[in-house]
Amino acid sequence: MIYLDHNATTPVKSEVILAMTEAMKAGALNSSSVHSVGRMAKKIVEQARARIAEAFDAEDANVIFTSGGTEANNLAISASEGYDPMVSAIEHHSVLKSAKQAKIIPVSINGMVDLRELEMMLKRAGGKCFVSVMFANNETGVIQPIREIARLTHDFGGIVHSDAVQAAGKISVSLKDFGVDMITVSAHKFGGPQGIAALLTKKEIALSPMINGGGQEFGLRAGTENIPGIAGFSAAVELLPENLRQMEEVKALRTYMEKGIKSFAEDVKIFGEDAERLGNTTCISMSNVKAELQLIEFDLAGICISSGAACSSGKVAASHVLQAMGVAKEEAETAIRISLGVDNTKAEIDEFIAVWKNLYTRVNGQRLAA
Amino acid sequence: MKSNIKLPIYMDYQATTPMDPRVLEAMLPYFIEKFGNPHSRSHSYGWEAEAAVEKARKQVADLIGASEKEIVFTSGATESNNMAIKGIGHFYKDKKNHIVTVVTEHKCVLDAARHLEQEGFSVTYLPVQKNGLIDLEELKKAITDKTALVSIMAVNNEIGVIQPLKEIGKITRERGVFFHTDAAQAFGKIPLNVEEMNIDLMSISGHKIYGPKGIGALYVRRRPRVRLEPLINGGGQERGMRSGTLPTPLIVGLGEAAAIAQKEMPLEYARVKKLSDKFYNAVAREIPDVFLNGDEKNRYPGNLNLSFAYIEGESMIMAIKDLAVSSGSACTSASLEPSYVLRSLGVEEEMAHTSIRFGIGRFTTESEIDYAIEVIRSNIEKLRQMSPLWEMVQEGVDLKKIEWAAH
Repeated sequence: MIYLDHNATTPVKSEVILAMTEAMKAGALNSSSVHSVGRMAKKIVEQARARIAEAFDAEDANVIFTSGGTEANNLAISASEGYDPMVSAIEHHSVLKSAKQAKIIPVSINGMVDLRELEMMLKRAGGKCFVSVMFANNETGVIQPIREIARLTHDFGGIVHSDAVQAAGKISVSLKDFGVDMITVSAHKFGGPQGIAALLTKKEIALSPMINGGGQEFGLRAGTENIPGIAGFSAAVELLPENLRQMEEVKALRTYMEKGIKSFAEDVKIFGEDAERLGNTTCISMSNVKAELQLIEFDLAGICISSGAACSSGKVAASHVLQAMGVAKEEAETAIRISLGVDNTKAEIDEFIAVWKNLYTRVNGQRLAA
Repeated sequence: MKSNIKLPIYMDYQATTPMDPRVLEAMLPYFIEKFGNPHSRSHSYGWEAEAAVEKARKQVADLIGASEKEIVFTSGATESNNMAIKGIGHFYKDKKNHIVTVVTEHKCVLDAARHLEQEGFSVTYLPVQKNGLIDLEELKKAITDKTALVSIMAVNNEIGVIQPLKEIGKITRERGVFFHTDAAQAFGKIPLNVEEMNIDLMSISGHKIYGPKGIGALYVRRRPRVRLEPLINGGGQERGMRSGTLPTPLIVGLGEAAAIAQKEMPLEYARVKKLSDKFYNAVAREIPDVFLNGDEKNRYPGNLNLSFAYIEGESMIMAIKDLAVSSGSACTSASLEPSYVLRSLGVEEEMAHTSIRFGIGRFTTESEIDYAIEVIRSNIEKLRQMSPLWEMVQEGVDLKKIEWAAH
């Protein structure tokens, strides 16, 4: 099996499994209990919180643990109350569907948020704005000009959230450097466990909790903390610098893959190619071959890829991300996403290219020969 | 005393439980080689994860007599309770604007109800009787044609009493009102059946039944259909009711914990009951002025909430620090306020202050119970000898008749 779907989820790192199994075997940990077992649980949670804050340059911010990126994004959107909400057209559904009243910020053909359009929208807005733009897109890997977006929005007195779920672990993510008010990070996208994520938020941002109860997480997110998950999250964060270093190799592998395909398929289109992209992600079309067909072909060859976001990969609708970039529906339907991870090898990429080439020439061979 | 006992002895099974090693073993492969995203529909890693999720869904459903299609995975019982109460409230708000719950519910149920109140709902908080159980006549009177939901917990987290679920379900079904029960402390411990009990929504927790933290479920009846507005929006997972990547290893853990509970429930119940009876007889029956809070019969035996008269609660917890116990709910245990649950039973404030919850569970051993009894017996005597109140009582003074000077 060749796994090339790391933007959906990543294998859990062995150090993470170790940290989690230790926490799971440590007994009954509830950090709200006052006895010694409870205090040990609290220590795990607070150490993890500090480590995560440090890793994302958010020492002055609150780290609110949630059950995942989707919940964290929903919680971030709760800060839009009283603001004029705006989200980009290429956001993950957890932002698009929870910010129902939001105005949509368009993106350019290269997949980047149109800053001039954003500025006009901010000018036209009646009051202060809440802006949510992801740092890197999950389908194309395109990196957004988040610093400019933050500066612009702040100039107009607004607040900014950035969904950094796909970015964390692949490029450096920094609350301070981005200049945003909130970011979302999720552990299972960089070797941590599923079921745990965090919203990093400046303390002055007013959130309304979605889950009320025991008052955990600064009163913003009730529920017994997922302590093994938090311990695993923390262990994964500790490995982030190493992960980022390895991403250089991943990027070289990705370039090798794209060059390899282009060497024989001149009509290939790589979406967002002109923009700065995550080093591991390629969203690529294959002329005249629908994505579903490609997926079947790759699956038979033992290669795992997807046609877009995992949560919508069961649906037939063409990607909203590509459509927002102005890609025609027919072309969008021929796009697949390849997302590499730190364990992928050159031999695996060669295998991928061979399968891609085989299908491509089978379908397009006659046309090419003619 | 016996030296082979690991201290402190864990007696806080209502706050959380240690994970059953069998559960951990079932989960591990899904961290390592079977790490897929269950929503990835295009490759075998995804299918493998999805199959594991669906197996677990059936294991959870089987334990409560439900269909697997009626199980929605959540991050835990707190989320499930919020989802049930706010979700029903929001979905039916055009026609109904009233919900009924009970003063002794878990804090997250009360807070979710309060949240609806702020949005304009009216909420009836039913009182409980001295034994901690609701009065069914009060429930009947509380339901109106504007009532959308009755939310009453199965087993109370602080005192362990079991509410009359079957009788409540009969009433709510007759009156055409949805019945939600917070079964975080009941699921996997006592038999529950959504058909026999006419339960429409049930909150389930993983970490209270030797499963993992960070996972729970909400049972949502399909016939007659219960609809709710989701709490978390996004990719539309869980048939649109709860978005977010399903954490496969945690779900596998919850399923395994449910399957073990189903298989071992009768035996485990008998074992817990035996240890509980031994503890109760030795502590509450043999030591004077120790009282059990909550009904003696309708209770889960793994939860004994005892009040020790003429002793101060905090010094008691300090004195018996070899026992990891709690004075009530974990969520509120950091505050020194006496428990609102005990107060609603009519327990006097002094007595509520000296109340301790002793939890007995799957890994409690008989020698641990013997040790715990000994620790309590020896310390109670010591603490009472230091207590001026105890001295006065021994001298025959009626404390209630004393007029304390204000200060």
